[in-house]
Amino acid sequence: MDKWQNNRAWFMVLPVFVVVAISAIIPLMTVVNYSVQDIFGPGQSVFVGTEWFKEVLTDRRLHEALWRQFLFSGLVLLIEIPLGVMIGLAMPKKGWTASLTLVLLALPLLIPWNVIGTIWIIFTRPDIGLFGATINTLGIRFDHTASPLDAWVTVMLMEVWHWTPLVALLAYAGLRAIPEAYFQAARIDGASAWAVFRYIQLPKMRGVLTIAVLLRFMDSFLIYAEPFVLTGGGPGNSTTFLSIHLVKIAVGQFDLGPAAAFSIIYFLIVLLFSWLFYQALLRVGTGEKR
Amino acid sequence: MAEIHLDGVAHSYLPNPTDERDWALKPMDHVWRDGDAYALLGPSGCGKTTLLNVISGLISPSHGRVRFNGHDVTTTRTEHRNIAQVFQFPVIYDTMTVYDNLAFPLRNRGIDEATVKVRVHEVAEMLDLVVHLGKRAIGLPADAKQKISLGRGLVRSDVAAILFDEPLTVIDPHLKWQLRRKLKEIHERYRLTLIYVTHDQNEALTFADRVVVMYEGAVLQVGTPQELFETPSHRFVGYFIGSPGMNFLPCRLTASGAEVAGQAIPLGGTVLAQAAGASVLEIGVRPESIRLADGGAGLTVQVRDVEDLGARKIVTCRLGDHELKVKVSAGQAVPAERATIQFNPHLTWLYADGRLVR
Repeated sequence: MDKWQNNRAWFMVLPVFVVVAISAIIPLMTVVNYSVQDIFGPGQSVFVGTEWFKEVLTDRRLHEALWRQFLFSGLVLLIEIPLGVMIGLAMPKKGWTASLTLVLLALPLLIPWNVIGTIWIIFTRPDIGLFGATINTLGIRFDHTASPLDAWVTVMLMEVWHWTPLVALLAYAGLRAIPEAYFQAARIDGASAWAVFRYIQLPKMRGVLTIAVLLRFMDSFLIYAEPFVLTGGGPGNSTTFLSIHLVKIAVGQFDLGPAAAFSIIYFLIVLLFSWLFYQALLRVGTGEKR
Repeated sequence: MAEIHLDGVAHSYLPNPTDERDWALKPMDHVWRDGDAYALLGPSGCGKTTLLNVISGLISPSHGRVRFNGHDVTTTRTEHRNIAQVFQFPVIYDTMTVYDNLAFPLRNRGIDEATVKVRVHEVAEMLDLVVHLGKRAIGLPADAKQKISLGRGLVRSDVAAILFDEPLTVIDPHLKWQLRRKLKEIHERYRLTLIYVTHDQNEALTFADRVVVMYEGAVLQVGTPQELFETPSHRFVGYFIGSPGMNFLPCRLTASGAEVAGQAIPLGGTVLAQAAGASVLEIGVRPESIRLADGGAGLTVQVRDVEDLGARKIVTCRLGDHELKVKVSAGQAVPAERATIQFNPHLTWLYADGRLVR
């Protein structure tokens, strides 16, 4: 009796299927298609099964890029999340200073990513850059085109400058949403500033911080434009992150098969870690254990 | 435990109040006697919560002094005032167990764990929270959470007063009276000073020894529930307390009393002398203090409407140009059109410019 109605419901969800198919499934299947074939030219391809996957998984350069990527994303989370929370806590709550802070914080987020790379190239140049020249004048040798450590410091500085404001804004939004009664009750209970943070502010920020961790992990794990413009992956391969490596294989060497296989593995890693973070943050502090 | 004095306390949220309406609290002197249960009653926005926060120190008043047992605490911070406050919505620490929630105020004050344990168990027993002690507070129902909020106040043995800011708003109706009884029980056992903010007159009248009625930032009347009901000192109190509120009928003064719609109501000489010169004169009488009859002596009224409330009937009548309500028992027959009413002379009052004249 309900069958006819149920079938009509499919039409209602059809637009979603179409959008998801065009935006995600069809491109993804193209990649899957490439990953199992060896393509010599238009119309000339051979099915090779899992060969590309095997090749990619044993590729030393890819392993290096992967560990580099984990180190980078790990540092990003370790620095940006606490720093963002601290900024969020310190931000003025009302008045014109609050609006001004919000605008200033939002500025790095509004700049196109390749422009950010360019800004930092100039900013850190040892000869004319405000930062680079100043620090060299102070007697500290600093050149991100020559020293891998300096390159990493520069990329980290750029990343922290670019994305900590996002974490700060999320933390700020989370903090502003806490009802005043919590702080009043804490005063009545004689709680210290640390106790207020530990037992009220931090637990109440869990939702926004989950989003912040996920966004910063995914974005930093996929980072491309800024370091590509800034260091081009060098010196050597010292700042060649996963996506820079991927583009080198796919566009530079035109190895579509391995690049496609690698893309799928890349996608699965991001998915896996995002899920793990999400599950962990969902449980932390609620007393549920697995 | 403490006697709390407010000396000339006034508060405005604006930096430079100019207009009278800029004041959330108008200057007041008031004493909260040690060990009494007070209800602070008034409509939303009348300054109840501001007054409560001035006592607890969450707000420092623009003017005046607050004294606990004679000590000036106006500038003392909330955490050093030994006040407990329960808010409208339950405030619990989500990540802690019920035990840790209750222990929190004591641990913050550096009290040793052995004492903490004794106190927490004592309070948990009193509030029926023992079964929940090991659980996370976040998963409990609203009434249990509100009990935890209350428990965090009671766990300190030396609190000067416990302030409640409409604590039963989020509690289911059938649990409200249970919690309210619990509060009464605790009050009777410990004789703490309790100040209970509410806009619900039933809550105020059943809970408190003394009710403080506020309106537009000022205290209008302080008294027992009976005093507020029988002799409201202000038009607003008469109207706000009682259901339906007091009837007010514009009147004219004569040599021997007042005249309403051409019918005379005798009043004493001192009352008349005090009321002379007022611009608005009204007779106030409660619906419960009017006797309705089918004919006989009294004022003649038109019956307009009868509401049957089960145990009582509320009769709406017209007297001249004015409407008034009369409460009669359910069994009494109400005439369809014309009836006579008689005011109880002991509970009929004259109000001059909104204030009671006696």
